[in-house]
Amino acid sequence: MEELIKNLGLVINATLIATPPLLYAALGSTFSERSGVINIGIEGMMTIGAFVGAAVAHFTSNAWLAFLCGGLVGALFGLIHAIACVSFGADQTISGTAINFLAPGVAIFVCKSLFEQSSNTPPLDTAQKLPKLFNGVFEVGSFWNNVLNTYVATYLAFVAVAIVWFIFYKTRFGMRLRAVGEHPKACETQGISVFRIRYIAVIASGFFAGLGGAYVTLCTVSQFRPEVIVGQGFIAIAAVIFGKFTPHGAMGACLLFGLCNGLKVLLGSGNVISPNLISMIPYVVTIITLVLFVGKSRVPAANGKPYFKQK
Amino acid sequence: MKQKINHNNMASQNIIKNKVQGLIYQNALYTIIAIFFGFLVGGIFLWSAGFSPLEAYAKLFSSVFSRPKYLVWSVIYATPLVFTGLSVAFSYKMGVFNIGAEGQFVVGSLAALCVGILVDAPPVLHVLLCMLAAIAAGMAWSFLVAVLRVRFGINEVLSFIMFNWIAFYLSNYVINTEIIHKVGGGEASKDIRESARILLPQSVQNIFKSDKANYGILLAIIAAVGIWFILTKTTFGYRVQAVGLNPHAAKYGGINSNKTMYIAMSLSGALAALGGAVQLMGNSMRISQFAGQEGFGFQGITVALIASSHPIGCIFSGLFYGAMKYGGSKLNLIDAPTEVVDIIMGTIVLFIAISHVFRYLITRRLKNKEDK
Repeated sequence: MEELIKNLGLVINATLIATPPLLYAALGSTFSERSGVINIGIEGMMTIGAFVGAAVAHFTSNAWLAFLCGGLVGALFGLIHAIACVSFGADQTISGTAINFLAPGVAIFVCKSLFEQSSNTPPLDTAQKLPKLFNGVFEVGSFWNNVLNTYVATYLAFVAVAIVWFIFYKTRFGMRLRAVGEHPKACETQGISVFRIRYIAVIASGFFAGLGGAYVTLCTVSQFRPEVIVGQGFIAIAAVIFGKFTPHGAMGACLLFGLCNGLKVLLGSGNVISPNLISMIPYVVTIITLVLFVGKSRVPAANGKPYFKQK
Repeated sequence: MKQKINHNNMASQNIIKNKVQGLIYQNALYTIIAIFFGFLVGGIFLWSAGFSPLEAYAKLFSSVFSRPKYLVWSVIYATPLVFTGLSVAFSYKMGVFNIGAEGQFVVGSLAALCVGILVDAPPVLHVLLCMLAAIAAGMAWSFLVAVLRVRFGINEVLSFIMFNWIAFYLSNYVINTEIIHKVGGGEASKDIRESARILLPQSVQNIFKSDKANYGILLAIIAAVGIWFILTKTTFGYRVQAVGLNPHAAKYGGINSNKTMYIAMSLSGALAALGGAVQLMGNSMRISQFAGQEGFGFQGITVALIASSHPIGCIFSGLFYGAMKYGGSKLNLIDAPTEVVDIIMGTIVLFIAISHVFRYLITRRLKNKEDK
């Protein structure tokens, strides 16, 4: 029994640690998609956020500054995406694909230039990483220590969901953002600037994706490596579609992916089942859940369609 | 007499003008503009990191063109990309964004690997069997996504991404099974049998001075011409394009868009899978444990974009990308990061995405001139 509770604690902890990068990125993706701009560049934005986070923490030893910088560089690539898609009416998927080449390319290029041809940043020591909440409050190895003693940024991710939910459903800006994603022309007749809202949304999506990337290097992995993101951005996009384009729905989907990761940690330790098979679970589960329960996820009506100002 | 000369002059002027205008409406011009900007931005990055862009680009080009052997290697690098490019281009014609080419590529090479190791067959037959297995796997992988979209209304971008990762872990799982895994450790499968390889005869390899020179590029060209033929000369190709341009109109016109989608997506999957088979049977001979996605499918998206989804264009853009990949891999000889290739390719794609802006600017300029 005690063993079971301890394992449960470990799984919850692993889930809590694996979920936030997906969650930050998924919140970003929700912003962009709901405003009517597809952003598959999330993956690349996360990668460069992860690099900048690790590099700034290495040079300044200020983890919170590093975390913020990770978000800001993501926002910069969000701006590029916004210029291409909102101002120039580019095909949004193509622009996103471009960013998925550009951002990781720039990240590794700069990394090699700064760190003597190495595509990895030097490992961060604990003081350079983001702090843990409840560190030393509970007894080491106890259930509550396993569950709650985790990074502040982990808790922040869930706070961010609440904030984004509030923005989406309780503020005028949120209502406009959702409306712009459905029927931009109608919004413009009401005097809402479609351009301005989409710019804000796409830049915000880059910012959140960058935070998600920085979380990975500043909390879990402790250094930047080219494969540090490996598809988490794409999974976040999937989580948003899975969660029907709402922040709380995306959170549910991210927790599911995170839980699978937690199970991987637990089941993988016994070596009974191949870790490769366990790793497939979240993807198979997503498909099955969609087929059985969720059904069609309604894409915002104006998603993917460039909007040109009416004259 | 004088009048006649004038007339001739005007006629030739008109021809030139038409040609110039034809050029302006052609995608190729904008692709070239995009490539120019790609190298420009890449150069800025090189320069700011303390490298001479000219020296780096000289290295890049000499790594591709200075010896026949290098050219052969560039072609070997290009071959799988032509296939994945075709796969993406073909599905794009139908309005489906095949971000799943990556997974189809992986299951294709995995199926070919299993047949290549486990089945004992005479040379030519064995190659055919491997390719059939790859085609079947790629078709199934993509067909499932089509079913999920048509029957259950599940966004295909989502399923493609899921299937990419399932393929990724499936490959890692299979190559670690006892019958496939290399005897004596290492993180790779056994090599496929000699009879399943598509290498050129020894004598030809000696001429090219490359032991990996293979038939793959010929297959890629045949596939490209085949897809071009299907798209432009067959009813099925017409249906595909009709569905892609306007699914509602196509339906109104009596096209069974679901059936078209099933067949076309399967075909698209088969193309990417063939790319995987060719990469395995002509170059790698084994599959290693993946640490991250290898990116052949994602690079195929770029290949298709540079070719504006034209099947024949995919041959050339595939060769371009292959050469950039091979030449880029030599940049570390002068200590320049090879990732500059990703920056160049990303910028090219970005500028292709906004190419209509250039088109608009150029045509407006011309019109203004005409009006004066």
